Amino acid sequence: MKPFTIIAAVVRREMLRAVRNQAEALYPLLFFALCVLMFPFALGTDSALLSRVAAGVVWVAALLASALSLESLFRADYADGTLEVLVVGGASLPLLGLGKAVAHWLLSGLPVLLLSIPLGLSLELQPALLGTLLATLALGGVCMSLIGAAISALTVGLRGGGLLLAMLILPLYIPVLIFGASATANAALGLPVAGELYFLAGLVVLALTLTPWATAAALRIRMS
Amino acid sequence: MNFAFLHKYAALMHCYRLSRALTPWLAGASVLLFAWGLVGGLLLAPADYQQGDSFRIMYVHVPAAWMSMFVYMAMAVAGGVALIWKLKIAEIVSRACAPLGASFTFLALVTGSIWGKPMWGTWWVWDARLTSELILLFLYLGVIALHGALDDRRAGARAGAVLALIGVVNIPIIHYSVEWWSTLHQGSTVTKFAKPSIHIDMLIPLLVMISAFQCYFAWTLLVRMRSEILAYDRNASWVRELSREHGA
Repeated sequence: MKPFTIIAAVVRREMLRAVRNQAEALYPLLFFALCVLMFPFALGTDSALLSRVAAGVVWVAALLASALSLESLFRADYADGTLEVLVVGGASLPLLGLGKAVAHWLLSGLPVLLLSIPLGLSLELQPALLGTLLATLALGGVCMSLIGAAISALTVGLRGGGLLLAMLILPLYIPVLIFGASATANAALGLPVAGELYFLAGLVVLALTLTPWATAAALRIRMS
Repeated sequence: MNFAFLHKYAALMHCYRLSRALTPWLAGASVLLFAWGLVGGLLLAPADYQQGDSFRIMYVHVPAAWMSMFVYMAMAVAGGVALIWKLKIAEIVSRACAPLGASFTFLALVTGSIWGKPMWGTWWVWDARLTSELILLFLYLGVIALHGALDDRRAGARAGAVLALIGVVNIPIIHYSVEWWSTLHQGSTVTKFAKPSIHIDMLIPLLVMISAFQCYFAWTLLVRMRSEILAYDRNASWVRELSREHGA
């Protein structure tokens, strides 16, 4: 089978599962919104303060929503034995990993990207920064889904579950966060952001080429 | 060159025996090198013209930071070998390196913080090198968590190896952070393609301390590996024989 067909089949299956469990598919978005909305309560409603932290808060909330929504990526397949069948039966594990990452981005990264517009503006984000924020979140979200799929495969079904996954993945997310947040910080000062965006794009390419193999190795280790 | 003499070390029993043979020598060498380095660094090296005597914490801070990155690379390489060739001894080396590396990283962060308070006026600053070293600590803790989270020791070691390999990208970030970003932390003085920008009288004790830390790491690694080897091979006849000898 051609690679694209395999990835499309994996994505289609995840979409079907999302449609059948619509409430569960909304959890990352609700968590993201709640996370962002906690901050005006915590920091007070001073517009100047909020607009300075808006981009950073949106970024951290996006990271947390991504990290927590990754637990369910492989969980159902692990629980009913599908994962074992796929690994033992010789399915292409890198393509499976890539398909899962794409599906995770479509179900979690993309909606978070779209939600960040109203949520960012609700935190008094300067509208001029919205373009940079969206560009960094788009690139960063892809990165997060790719790395996240590998770590999710590594920790599927373990005790400690979601928190172990979050603990392992947040240090790996930090470079993405640094470049994303510094891009918006530079944009707020009127400085060029091309450097940070190129670096983020570089991280995406690195993740795209290497993480499918890490996911495959992780699945083989867990299913051994 | 014929490397066939190394092949027997794929068997854990021979590694155990090698560890038993080497550790006394490494312990002795560590003690001597520490004595030489500490006397040279704390007493003999001239005081810094700017920092006075408080620069001497460098003789612990720099080797600890050096080791934190060295041990991570050792852990990642051993992990890679374990994943590709499925050698048990590679898994054991990778497992044993993790807590040692985490300790060195913690020591580097703490001694750096202690040095920073009088020098920079702050216990911590969010600059590139300190931040990336802190990320390194969390990567180590993540690897240790994975080692313990899986019931099967072998699968745990290999899962930790995957995480370690993914995190390898952090090491060049730490090392080059002082060049890529304007940081409060000082730039490279030793590992650069030029004459070291540190006086030879201060450099020699530093190199001796780095060697002392390396010997210490080799010693403690081999000791840790012994208990891992016994755990891996606990049902083997040589282990049962050994425990009978020791009256267990």
